Parts: sequence; structure tokens; C-alpha cells
Amino acid sequence: MDKSITLPPDEIFRNLENAKRFAIDIGGSLTKLAYYSTVQHKVAKVRSFDHAVKEAQEDPLYEISVQEEITARLHFIKFENTYIETCLDFIKDHLVNTETKVIKATGGGAYKFKNLIEKKLKLKVDKEDEMSCLIKGCNFVLRNIPHEAFVYAKHADSEFRFQNTHPDIFPYLLVNIGSGVSIVKVESEDKFERIGGSSIGGGTFWGLGALLTKTKRFDELLQLASKGQHTNVDMLVKDIYGGAYGSLGLTGDLIASSFGKSATTDKEFSKEDMAKSLLHMISNDIGQLACLYAKLHNLTRVYFGGFFIRGHPVTMHTITYSINFFTKGEVQALFLRHEGYLGAIGAFLKGAEEDNPNQYSWGENYAGSSGLMSVSPDLNPMQRARSGTFDMLEMDRLERQLVNLPLLQDPSSYIPDTVDLTEDALAREYWLYCFEEALDGVVKRAVASQRDQPEAAERAEKFRQKYCHKLQTLRHQPFAYGSLTVRSLLDTREHCLNEFNFPDPYSKIKQRENDMALKYYQKVVKSLDELNWDQRQFALVRGLLAGNVFDWGAKAVSDVLESDPEFGFEEAKRQLQERPWLVDAYNEWIERLKGPPHKCALFFVDNSGIDIILGVFPFVRELLSRGTEVVLASNSGPALNDVTNSELQILTERIADMDPIIQTAVKEDRLTLVQSGSSSPCLDLSRLDKVLATVVRERGTDLVIIEGMGRAIHTNYYARLNCESLKLAVIKNSWLAERLGGKIFSVVFKYEVPAKA
Amino acid sequence: MKLKDIRKPAFPWFGMDIGGTLVKLVYFEPKDITAEEEQEEVENLKSIRRYLTSNTAYGKTGVRDVHLELRNLTMCGRRGTLHFIRFPTHAMHRFIQMGRDKNFSSLHTTLCATGGGAYKFENDFRTMADLELLKLDELDCLIQGLLYVDSVGFNGHPECYYFENPSDTQNCVKQPCCLENPFPMLLVNIGSGVSILAVYSKDNYKRVTGTSLGGGTFLGLCCLLTGCETFEEALEMASKGDSTNVDKLVKDIYGGDYQRFGLQGSAVASSFGHMMSKEKRDSISKEDLARATLVTITNNIGSIARMCAVNEKIDRVVFVGNFLRINTVSTKLLAYAMDFWSKGQLRALFLEHEGYFGAVGALLELLKSSEDP
Repeated sequence: MDKSITLPPDEIFRNLENAKRFAIDIGGSLTKLAYYSTVQHKVAKVRSFDHAVKEAQEDPLYEISVQEEITARLHFIKFENTYIETCLDFIKDHLVNTETKVIKATGGGAYKFKNLIEKKLKLKVDKEDEMSCLIKGCNFVLRNIPHEAFVYAKHADSEFRFQNTHPDIFPYLLVNIGSGVSIVKVESEDKFERIGGSSIGGGTFWGLGALLTKTKRFDELLQLASKGQHTNVDMLVKDIYGGAYGSLGLTGDLIASSFGKSATTDKEFSKEDMAKSLLHMISNDIGQLACLYAKLHNLTRVYFGGFFIRGHPVTMHTITYSINFFTKGEVQALFLRHEGYLGAIGAFLKGAEEDNPNQYSWGENYAGSSGLMSVSPDLNPMQRARSGTFDMLEMDRLERQLVNLPLLQDPSSYIPDTVDLTEDALAREYWLYCFEEALDGVVKRAVASQRDQPEAAERAEKFRQKYCHKLQTLRHQPFAYGSLTVRSLLDTREHCLNEFNFPDPYSKIKQRENDMALKYYQKVVKSLDELNWDQRQFALVRGLLAGNVFDWGAKAVSDVLESDPEFGFEEAKRQLQERPWLVDAYNEWIERLKGPPHKCALFFVDNSGIDIILGVFPFVRELLSRGTEVVLASNSGPALNDVTNSELQILTERIADMDPIIQTAVKEDRLTLVQSGSSSPCLDLSRLDKVLATVVRERGTDLVIIEGMGRAIHTNYYARLNCESLKLAVIKNSWLAERLGGKIFSVVFKYEVPAKA
Repeated sequence: MKLKDIRKPAFPWFGMDIGGTLVKLVYFEPKDITAEEEQEEVENLKSIRRYLTSNTAYGKTGVRDVHLELRNLTMCGRRGTLHFIRFPTHAMHRFIQMGRDKNFSSLHTTLCATGGGAYKFENDFRTMADLELLKLDELDCLIQGLLYVDSVGFNGHPECYYFENPSDTQNCVKQPCCLENPFPMLLVNIGSGVSILAVYSKDNYKRVTGTSLGGGTFLGLCCLLTGCETFEEALEMASKGDSTNVDKLVKDIYGGDYQRFGLQGSAVASSFGHMMSKEKRDSISKEDLARATLVTITNNIGSIARMCAVNEKIDRVVFVGNFLRINTVSTKLLAYAMDFWSKGQLRALFLEHEGYFGAVGALLELLKSSEDP
């Protein structure tokens, strides 16, 4: 093997010059390196002018500045042990700013490479217990990466069925299949116990397999196995009974005795058949033991890991089969997307306790992470050619700690996304095409947002290549980052934009639109006040919907906006579908409004400009007048033209200046602004800012309003809450409208009341 | 006298258990034949009796386990000896041919058979030898046969035994015992594959689970790994080998005990784990491989049996089946495994007639079917 590969450094050991704190997990064939770095990147900030001094009409509402911000990132890199020396050399050469003195190490190979590491890096190797690292890592990924766990179904439309992470990840069973098998029951972050194990594991498959077939490598053995017929070697129930053993429900094809035919038949057996028989024997045995332990300890979540499993579809299939057989489908075998990194993550966390990584929420950075199966040559020849056999995972520390919305009816079954594109091939085709088509426009806008910077065009081009590559990967491996959804496609695009320092391409557009809309606010409010109650309620809802037509995220709209900037509020109202709407619960909503006011409404807002100012604020004003408190939840960071929390603060101040109702409400704390904790055009109600959750609970929130396609259609359309909810959006995509049985600019107005317990 | 006789089935009395690897046959030889009876006895019945009782080996592969015969046994009012015979299942067709040659169908007896082969070979018996089998469920037969043999004892000695001090290799000794009040028991039948039953009473039991890693796996793997051909050969090699040359132990990985998890250094961490390395593969003997195969299969059965016992809340585990024949390595290992991993809570019990209970159960059915007309 070529040990002198040239590393593409900026792609693999990213940000190494700012690295501090290392951990390494050296297994039988793969090395996993972990480090922590601080990433400097640009963020767009808005700052209000001092209006007492500056009152000129033509001045913008607020100023936008781009600032450097430092955030924390975890890097995990996996490569073959063959490259270990090259990698250590590379790290040594690029490690400049670290004060680190030790490197945490785990895994069987840590001992073997101890001297090499100490010599090359001049760091002291500090060994950590393998199993505790594994568990720590497992807890971390389960807690921080949605769609970490999946069920493997070989013959289904999508092989990988990603699971919702239960808000409480404990207790679970981890079956680690290394050379032997360890079965560990994990009850809390620090409480776990090895309740059993078996000596028949990956080492048995490898060792016995090598003896039987004269094939040395583990991967080759698996390849042999995938081509073999175990029925030539195993004695089946039908070989003994001539058919099934009906009274016990044992089918004829069931293996009665592994290798039973080689005991009684005097003939040569093929390598492939023997390898297959061995694979079945070991997988079934492990599955059976896992089931017995799961039953004894009353556990239903069973995760499988270890080198025997690691990304090998063959073993995932046989283990899944075995678990299904022995539990009659009651327990599902679960696998983890980042299973190979658990030890490295755990070792790293042990060394990083002073940074309290577990106090934060972390998010997978799609831009910097290779997807599932990235190094599987069968599945992804493209990726392999690009970066050798290096697989990466990057986790960004989120500014805010994220929790469930307390109003979710059943957090464990909540799925944010309406359509799973991993399973819906037609929808996947459409959306991938859609995002590819929109890419030119995004690049153009990114450049336009930084006209003062000459190298912006070059960065934008790099962004294009990166995102384009991601889309291509997802076309072949829709499962690469968990379930593929419109949300994940949008989020990946945001991550890629950030990667190339385009933190907020819409900042100027948002500024201009906000400014313009504010000028109309008083006029709109005045005309609403002149209507009678019934007329006003309808006008408010129509205003909300019309405002929502202004959305740069939807291609159909951005085309019109770009070609015709005069496309106004009135124009938007004309475009709206007449009642009855595609989903029309307006009458029920009006009936409800005739009743007592809600105590507190939580409003997830959408776009800047006309949407927030002329649509949302008049509506909020009406709620406040009724005596309902309002909490406005907006994005923490920028995404498309969505209004961010910092922008909304300025807008609210300006509106309060013009409108005594808003002013009083702000003063009396009846109108509150909170951050959602998200920087996505969509909304995951299971990952929201902790402060938001507290406010929601304290105020006794009894109405949730979710606005816009991203938050109410692509996500949360089917979300069930414990309180009343209003989901409204204008469908600005003709494909989606058609899917829902309507036309472009159809209106969804969904009002739901939870069934009384 | 004559009237009573009519109720008894006609001789010869056979019970047969046709397994995946071995056919087990029990034959009751009446020792109380009167002169009158002797005269009436048809020639081919006589010749069958003589053939079976005067030989200890039949053809190339049939064997009579003389040391297991139950003497002075009274069955269905007749006194005699119960003989235990086995031959490989692949010789089944030759056996059926012999039945045809000896004109077995003229004897007006019912051939009671259990095991999978009762189903598989049913048609061959019919077409080749004009014989109709009475097919019986193998687990029913196993339990009835086991309880019967235990109740009559082994020629004045107990049928059942256990190992005293199973965790202490120096002082581990076989001790006879009585299977008094045997319920509930976990019954582990190790033939080619393994079935595990929870038995609550004479006719109340359930099959808890099974595993395909059984006697057939041991022999099959041994044949492939060492080129041996028989169970005896494989066991002989295993008795001389050292499995620690093949298996990776906890101490091979951790240098000693893995204290975090309370694992002894001498525990096997990975069966055949050393064989991942070419160097080690080149340095081991066939005997080591045979021993490792035996230890691996045995420990695995022990482990599954123990888990079932705990799940079913049964503390008595009875191991039977022909895998345990002349196999003290496995019986002692199972006794040790039950004792050690349960911290003395579970006891492993064994029976002298290891693999013959199904055949005995089939014979009992023959006698029973004629007792209640």
C-alpha cells in the first residue's frame, strides 16, 4: 500500500493551526483522530442607529456590519492505520498554536503506537478505558445528532431507515462486536454495566474464516460471504425433516446445525459457501444472545457497533435478520451513522471535561462531514477518488442549548419533516433538481452581498462546487446525512455558504425590504382599524398570507421579485387563492376568536419585510388587544430572507415608536421576543432554544402559530401539539401545490385543537 | 393369560429416533420367552433378535452401546433387556433395505419413529420396505423417555449425575444423583443442533429457543479444520489440544484481568481470535484447533442455556444429547460454566443415556398405544 500519500490538507485536517486538545482511537485497521478547534468566521451583525441624532428619511433603518466571530468545532477524522505516520508528520508540521501537552488515546492499537505518537507529536499519550470511551461517545452522538440511529432493511426502497432520537436516550443496550462481543447496559451518562458478552465475535469470523478459506483480510472474507450459499454447508431443518417442523413453527429453511453438512458429507466446500455459513452462524449467535439480554433487562433499544458491523451492509443485514427472528420483530436492531467514531469522541470528551462539552448542544456540520458510507468503494467511487480513504465528521458548538418544545404531544414520535426524500424517490428527484436549478441564483446573490470584496466571486464559485458535490453525493446516497429532506437540503446549503464566508447573503435585501415595509405600517394598521370585527379578522389573515408570498426561498417568487421589484402587497393579495382554500379552517378559527382570549400565543415568524411588518405585526396587535400575550420566536442566525432575532428587535422598536399598542405591550412585557436557536429556514420543534422553552412554560402558552412553507409545510405539517395551533402558508411551488392537490399560491390555513383527554 | 397377551403389541419392540446425524434405536429383548412362545416365534423374528443381541457392531457404522443396556427391565409385563444401538443417518437407506430383506413388514408390528427423519424417510420406508411408520413428536418422546429411564434407574444405579466442585479442576468429581421431583427443569438437548426446553411437568413443556451451533457444528468444523472424519477422532484430538493457542484470552488483550468489567485474564475474549494473525495460524496444531472448536461450541451452549435458565427462572439445567457422549471435556466445561457465571445459583445435571431418550420415548408410545385400546 502506498504509505506516502499526499494529503490534501485543507480538506482533511481542517483548521489544524487552531487545534487544541487531541484524542486518538486506534483500532485494528482504522485510526480515528479527534481534535477541537476554534473557527474564525464572519457573521453579519445588525446595529440600530441612534435615531435621536439621525432622522433623515433616506437613511437605512439599521447598519449591517460583518464581524469576525469565533466558534468551537469538533473535528473527527478516520483513516487507515497505514497512513498513521504520514498523518502524524502532517499534524506536527501544522500544529502551531496549541498548548496541549497530552493526547488521550484509546483502542487496542493505542499501546502499539504509543511510542510513535509521543516521538512525533511530543505529546504524552494518556490511555483511557475503551468501553467507557465508547459509551461516552455513543451518548454524545445520540444526544446531538438527529437521525444518528437507523434500522437496516436490505430489500426496502431505502436501505437505511433513520430513527427519531427519543428525548430520553436511556436506557439502552450497546452490543459491541469487536474481536469478541460485549453487551453493555447503559442507564445514564455515567452509569453503565457490562451485563454479558460472548467470545464468538468478529475475531471468530476473521480467525476461523482465514483458516477455512485461506483468505487473510476481513473485508475479503465478507466479500466471499456475500457471494456464498450457506445452504450447501449448513444442515437445515428440511435436511432433517424433509420439510418444516410444523408443530414448533420452525420453517424448513431454518438452520438446524451450522456446518452440519460438512460433518456428514464427504465433499469439498467452496470458500464462498463456508464464509457465508460462518457469517450466519456468528450473526445469529450474537443476535440470539443480544435478545436474551434485552429480554432479561427489559430493554427495547439495542444498538450494534464494533468493527464487525462498521459500515458493512452484509453484517448489518445478517444481524438484523437474526434479531427479527429471535424477537419476532419486537426488538429492532439499530445501527449508528457515526459508530466508527464513538471511541474517539469518548476519549476526546474525557480530555475536554474542563470545556464542559456536554453542557452545550452540538450540531453536525454538513459542509465538513463525509456522509455515511463515504469510504465504501462500492457505493461511492467518486468520494473515494477525491479524498483517499479519509472520512470526516465535524460538529459545531451551538450558541444555545437546544431542547424540546414543551408543547409537543409526543416528543418521542415527533418527526419534523413532512416528506422523507430518502423513501420518496419522485420527490427526491424533484427537489434535488430544484436545488440544482436554484444554485446559480444563490451564487449570484452571494456575490452581490459582498460587492466590496473582490475575492467574493472566487469564494462563491467554491461554494457552488461544494454544494453541487453534496447534491451529487445525495443523489447517489440519499442516506448520507440521515433522512434526506427539504430541510436537510436547505440546511446543507446554509452550512456550505457559511463555510465560504457568506454568512448572510440576504442582509441588504432584508434591510431594504424592512425599510420599505415600515413606511406602510401605519397606513395598513389604520385601514384595518376602520373595518368592522368580522371584516378585520379576515383582512388580518389575508394580510398574514399575502405577506408570506414574499419569500426569496421559493424560486417562483424570487423570479418575480427579481424581475419586478414593484410587486407589492396589494398585488400579492390578488395572487392569493380565493376561499375555500386548499386547507381551510378559517370558520373554526373565527368561532374560536369569538370565545375567550388565549392566554399566550407563541408565533414562529418567517420572512423579513412585508411578511413580518405588514402581515405578522398587525395580526399580533389584534391578539394583544384581545388580551393575549405574544411571544415572537425568530431565528438566532440568518437563513435566506428570514427575519433574525437581532433584526426583529430593531423592527419591534421602530414599530413601537409608531404604535402605542405595541409600545405598551413591549413595556408591560406582554410582547416578548425570543430566539428559536435555529439558523434554518425550517423548524425542528425538538431542537429549540432552552430559553424559549422556559418562556413557553412560564407563560402558559395555549396557542402556537407557525407561518411559512419552510416551517409549516416542509416541516411540522403533521406535528401534534398539546395546545391549539395555527399553521398557515402560501404554497409558492407548483410541484408541491400539485402534490397537495392544489395550484401555485394555494393557501393552507390549518387550525387544530388537541382532542380532549 | 392369552387374553392379556392380546393387549400387548407384537414383538419385536423397537423405538427409533432419526436425527440429523445419528439414528438411535432401542430394542427390547424379552428374556422371559416361554418354550411355547419360542415355538410359535416366526423365523425372521428370531433371526432379528439373534442378529441384534449377538453382535455389538452392525455393518461398517452401526454400534451397540453395550455399557448402556438396561438389564432385568420389566416393560408392559414382560421382563428383558433394553438395548441401545446407533448408526449414522446417512446409512438410513441401507437400514431400510435390510428391513425389506428381513421381510420386516410381515411381522405385524408398528415401527414407532421420532426425530426429523421419521418425516423425511417416511415415504422411503413405505415404498422400499412396505413399512408404515408411526410418527411421533421428538420433544414429547425426549421428555417421556428421559423421565422413564430416570425412574427405572441404570441397573441399580442412578441415571443422573453432576459434578462436585465444578469450578475447581483438581477436585471436580462426578457424583451420581437422583432426579427426584424433577420439575421445573431446563432441558438442553444437544444433537446436531440444540433445542432448549422448559419442562414444568410430565406433559407441560415449551421449547424456549434453540441454536444451530451444536454437535454438528463441532464435528463439521473439526472435519474442515483438521481433516478428521469421525466424532471419536475429533474428540480424541480435542483431548490432546490446547485451545489457548487458538483463542484470544482477556489477558492477551489487557495483559491481565479486565477489572473494569470483572473479567478474568483467563477468560476467552475472542474464540479463534489468534487466528487473525498469519504467524499464529502457522504455529498451531490440529489438536489445538479441535480443542478450540470444542470449547467454543460448548461455552456458547452453556452461555445460552444459562441465559434461558435465568429468563425462565429455573435453576436446574439438564444436558442431554449425543454431543455429550464420551465427551467429559464438554460436560465438565458446562458444569463449570453454569456454576461460575451464576455464582453457584445454577446446577448442571447430566444423564448416562445421553442421546437415547427420544428412541426410548418412541418405544414407550408403542407400548402405550396397545395398552389403551
